[in-house]
Amino acid sequence: MTDLAVNAVGVGKTFGTKEGDVVALTDVDLTVEAGEFVSLIGPSGCGKSTLLRLIADLDSATTGTLEIFGKPAKQARIDQDYGIAFQQAGLLPWRTVGGNMALPLELHGVTKAARATRVTQLAELVGLTDFVDRYPDQLSGGMQQRVAIARALAEQPRLLLMDEPFGALDEMTREYLQGELTRIAAETGAAVVFVTHSIPEAVFLSDRVVVMSPRPGRITEILPTNLGPSRTEALRESTEYFERVTAVREALHGTPIERANER
Amino acid sequence: MSALAGRADPRPPAPWVRVVAPIVVGLAILAVWFLLVDVLHAAPRALPSPVAILTEVGKHYGIILEDMGITATNALVGLAAGTILAIVLAALAVTFRPIDGMLAPLVAALAVVPIVAITPILNTMFGASSQFGRQYVAAIAAFIPVFVNVLRGLRQTRPVHRDVLRASAASGAQTFRYLTLPTALPYLLTGLRIASSVAVIAALVAEYFGGPADGIGTAIATYAKSGRAALAFAYVAGGIAIGLVLFLVTSLLERLVSRRTSV
Ligand SMILES: Nc1ncnc2c1ncn2[C@@H]1O[C@H](COP(=O)(O)OP(=O)(O)OP(=O)(O)O)[C@@H](O)[C@H]1O
Ligand SMILES: [Mg+2]
Repeated sequence: MTDLAVNAVGVGKTFGTKEGDVVALTDVDLTVEAGEFVSLIGPSGCGKSTLLRLIADLDSATTGTLEIFGKPAKQARIDQDYGIAFQQAGLLPWRTVGGNMALPLELHGVTKAARATRVTQLAELVGLTDFVDRYPDQLSGGMQQRVAIARALAEQPRLLLMDEPFGALDEMTREYLQGELTRIAAETGAAVVFVTHSIPEAVFLSDRVVVMSPRPGRITEILPTNLGPSRTEALRESTEYFERVTAVREALHGTPIERANER
Repeated sequence: MSALAGRADPRPPAPWVRVVAPIVVGLAILAVWFLLVDVLHAAPRALPSPVAILTEVGKHYGIILEDMGITATNALVGLAAGTILAIVLAALAVTFRPIDGMLAPLVAALAVVPIVAITPILNTMFGASSQFGRQYVAAIAAFIPVFVNVLRGLRQTRPVHRDVLRASAASGAQTFRYLTLPTALPYLLTGLRIASSVAVIAALVAEYFGGPADGIGTAIATYAKSGRAALAFAYVAGGIAIGLVLFLVTSLLERLVSRRTSV
């Protein structure tokens, strides 16, 4: 049981605002095993980002318990058990690509020589070897996103949290980076919690797809994909893949009908 | 034909145009001046010919440079002291809310006081032979634009950058050093550029209100009263030179630093 990367039991989050309380998340039970790839999918405002931010200890849960590798979320953040990539790349514009990738290492007092070695590895991993000395404003959006992913991987985390990292990218770059991400996740053996709006993306990447619904934000269904360990471009054409896409779509579209019944 | 049709051209002028244009305008003004005074004799007698001014510069450049040194030193000391004070107070105001509440109205009040007007009081306080009153005036004058800009700059950190630092378990001091400070740097340099001109003006004008019998301002006042207009104007040229050099240096610094602020 200590093998669990994420263990959320009855997690809820309520934001107190001037207009009153906003229930962003209620009663979330979710486990992510070490090395597992889990996607969160659901309509806008259903609390996907909120859940990810709770796991990352960027916000704290109002109710329930949340453990990352058996520790409280705060301890996991301080121990750097996870790496995170946001929808915006969030690179520091005054640092080079290499400097951005090495930022977490620098903050934790890793020596310059060790940082340089790691940056070389990371740049190779995300295919940016020739761009290490460039500045973020000299890179395309997709390249910036890859720098952000490299930064998230810098400390070799056992858990990777990603909030729509490919959201703003074109379909081609997106599919390319999806392939890269599954390769990286397999190579590093990290568990991944991946937020997305795209059904095909969730199915292609994940071992399990978590379907969420809004008002209040909650998990409605968890679908295993059972597509096996290899994620090749051929998979995108296969019938099993289409079946899973349909299953997730039905799970998602079941939500509004259920809500209509509630009223 | 199309090359000549340069009507509403939206492109910014080439770099060399930006350098050459002010020089051309300056030379044109000198030419008109020369025409009015030396050729047409149409100017009032107090306005000397540019040739006469240049002759005075040539004859007295030693002493003019000496006085420039005094005024420039006062301006620089004031600029440095005002800048340091402004950075410290702005950092305090950002860190502690109550200090911000205390300082904001004070600085607003300070900004509308004609600072040089208090010079006679300062001269009486510090003695007529001390440069301190002038430096003090330059410091207060320089303080305001730096404080306002740095305070604004320290508040410009983006939420996604703050999240990145927090997710990397950065300490408060690290967040300040790696994020808040670099974000504020371009704002500091904008404040410094404005303050450099203000400090020179303040240091120079303060000399009109007493203190030691040296400096550009004292010389301008003396020679203007004793009817040596050409020499007075030679000193004015010296004052312009100080302001121009400081402005160019700070502008260059600002440009160098502001290059990486997008993304
Ligand atoms: N800081 C906050 N203060 C108040 N309410 C918030 C805050 N953050 C999120 N919320 C609310 O919580 C709910 C869930 O937000 P969240 O950002 O998690 O949605 P999401 O599923 O990520 O949506 P999207 O797909 O559009 O990114 C929304 O109703 C939102 O208004
Ligand atoms: Mg979101």
